[in-house]
Order: sequence, then C-alpha cells, then structure tokens
Amino acid sequence: MKAVVLLGFWVSPFGQRCQIALAEKGVEYEYREETVPRDKSPLLLESNPVYKKIPVLIHDGKPVCESLIIVQYIDEAWPDRAPLIPADPYARAQARFWADFVDKKVCESALNLLKLKGEAQEAAKEEFIENLRLLECELGDKKYFGGDAFGFVDIALVPLTSWFYSFGTYGGFSVEEAVPKLVAWSKLCLERESVANSLCDPLKVYEYAKKIFG
Amino acid sequence: MGEVDTKGVVLLDFWVSPFGQRCRIALAEKGVEYEYREENLLGDKSPLLLESNPVYKKVPVLIHDGKPVCESLLIVQYIDEWWPHRAPLLPADPYARAHARFWADFIDKKVRPPYADASYVLWKLKGEGHSAAKEEFTGILKLLEGELGDKKYFAGDAFGFVDIALVPFVCWFYTYETYAGFSIEELTPKLVAWGKRCMERESVAKTLSDPHKVFEFVGVLKKRFGVE
Repeated sequence: MKAVVLLGFWVSPFGQRCQIALAEKGVEYEYREETVPRDKSPLLLESNPVYKKIPVLIHDGKPVCESLIIVQYIDEAWPDRAPLIPADPYARAQARFWADFVDKKVCESALNLLKLKGEAQEAAKEEFIENLRLLECELGDKKYFGGDAFGFVDIALVPLTSWFYSFGTYGGFSVEEAVPKLVAWSKLCLERESVANSLCDPLKVYEYAKKIFG
Repeated sequence: MGEVDTKGVVLLDFWVSPFGQRCRIALAEKGVEYEYREENLLGDKSPLLLESNPVYKKVPVLIHDGKPVCESLLIVQYIDEWWPHRAPLLPADPYARAHARFWADFIDKKVRPPYADASYVLWKLKGEGHSAAKEEFTGILKLLEGELGDKKYFAGDAFGFVDIALVPFVCWFYTYETYAGFSIEELTPKLVAWGKRCMERESVAKTLSDPHKVFEFVGVLKKRFGVE
C-alpha cells in the first residue's frame, strides 16, 4: 500500500473534498474506488468501523474518517504549502463554522430536495435555496470564502456545485438565477486544476441521481 | 457573523445546556475570566443572541471583544487556539487531533439531549420505537466505552477535547436511566468511572448541573410539548 491512500466513490462530493485538498497540497496518493453502498471492501470496513463510509484517508496505515476532519488533517500533516485554513483563531472559527453549515444544513436540504416529493420537496427546495443564499451572502464580493486564498469553505462547498444541475432539475428552478454570485464563484473554482480534476460532469451526476432517487 | 457591541469574553448560554457546559468547562480549564449571560431557552431569545448567531439563533455563543463564535465544539477549539499556552485541550500531533475531532464529532451527532433533537424518541414513545431507541443509545455508550478503554481520559493522561464533548452528558445519565429503564453503570461501568474522575476536576464539578434538576427540567419540557 502506498503511504497515502484515499478510499472514495466517484460521485461523492465528500470524497472530492479530500481529492481537492490532496491536490492543492501536491500530495501523491493512491485512489481506491469503493462500490458503495453494497460490497464495501474489507479495508473500508476495517478502517472505518464506526460509519463504514467513504471517504477514508489512510496515511502510513492510520485511517482518518469524515471528510472535513480529513481536510483539516491534510492541512496539518502537510503544513508547509498551500494553507487551507487561516492562521488566526477567529478566522479559523469562521471557516469551520461555514464548512460545518454546508455539512449540517446544505447537504441535508439538498438530499431532501432529491428524495422527497410534493409539498415536502417544495419545502426542502425553499430551505435549500435559503441556505445557498446565506452562503452567497457570506461570500459577498470576495474572490473565495476566505478572501483571496482558496481554502476550507471553498473545498467544503465546491463539490456540491456539480450537483447544481440535478438540484435545479429536481426542484424545477435555476440555481444560477437564485444565487448568481455563488455560481460565478463555482466557475472561478473550476479554473483551479485541483477542482477541475476532482469534480464530476454534472450530467453524469444527474444520471446517477436518477438511478438513486428516481 | 455580525460583530456586536460587547467587551471582553461573554458567553450566551442556558443553565442546563450540555453544549454551553462544554464551553464553560473549556474556559475554566484555561482560567479565562468571562461574563455569563443566561438565555431563556423556553422563552424569548435576546436581541444579542439573534444578532450574534443569526444563522442558528441558538446558544452557546462566545463573544470575544464583540466577535461571535458559534457551535460548541468550534467554540472549544477557538478557546484552545486563542489561549494556547495553558491546559492544551487538543493534542499537538495531527493524527491525534484528527482522532479527537472524530470522536467529538461522533458524540455531537449521536449523544443529544431531548430538546436538541425533535425526533429523539427515547423520551416520547413507549413500545417498539422506545426499545429500538434504547438499543441504539446503549450501542453508542458501549462504542464510547470501547474507545475509552483503560485510559484515564479519552486522549490518555490529559483531560481534553473528547472528554469535554461528552462529560456534560454525565449529569443526564440519571434522566436517561429513569426514562430508558436501564443502569448505565451496569452497561458501561468504565464510562461511569471516567465520569466520576472528570467530576473530580473543578472545571467539571462547578459546571455540570445537579442530575435531579436535569430530570425536573425534562419533566417541564415534556409538559410544555404535551409529551406523554
């Protein structure tokens, strides 16, 4: 096994966060595709016994689980280049807050938007758009969430942008119309090699969504 | 997050909140002086709370020279990073830090007081839903006890992040036991022993609520929300 191994799943935005972080740091690693949710490899089950989920980063045989924890670990294990989290404690707290917001609120409402039907879906859509608007407000006129440097919050959110086409189609709305600044930010991020090489084609994501959510 | 007009360190909190207690313990471990402001969880939220935590409108909020920090585990990390020279709460090694964050996050996700999670069935249902919830809760405690093992604290000899994340729930054990009909000491004796060890620390002893007051509070909540 190589020194750094990432267990992922091709369409998972959580795995992609880790791929982007590793690429930003220029870390060489071995990517292993897992077939989730069925047929999880023995390595996955062994290295993430609590949740049995990807992504898992295995560094010199030691596993790290949960994508945002993995990204922080990558930042701290390779501190000499491309800092992903600011140095100032208050700025760090803000970055962690917004990344956590993406996980707690955006992901949940997005999943509901895809899963639910009828009135429940409509409510999920409203909530999802409201969450995106809050993020857009937080971004403001900055280049990235942290200012001039691409960082933690950008990494937390950007993989979800390849799902925008799916969210819009399922919800019957235009993400670009709802949050134009956020869409502009996502295009800026896609100009980064780390992001362009990690994200999926939105149409492939949509095909996958149709298989899972109908 | 909007800046507000306060000086020094202010903690917006609610007396029985285990999330707020995490912050109080961290501040005490670091010897930081602060102003505690009680919010009424069952009443109107103060303008300061709404202004300093517009996204979630919840306690705890730490306001440091007017700048708010929200979400209890983020507040604890902030406290650790702002006052780094005393009582480190997170280890220095990146892998050990990731490990601590993982377990604190697990506790955040899986160990919740009833008012924090509307779908928490342990308090509400009898019958099938109730016993499934009881089993799930037992499983969570056993997993945590497994992680603790024979160590003094979760990270080893030093009291730290994971202990802080979990210890406020120790004063909820009596309530859990009474509602679920089990003995946590019988189920996970090492965890209970760990809880007692933590209570020997001044920061913890002075922060945790009286277990009977917690139980009374849950009774009030149940009446308020019309739960059988």
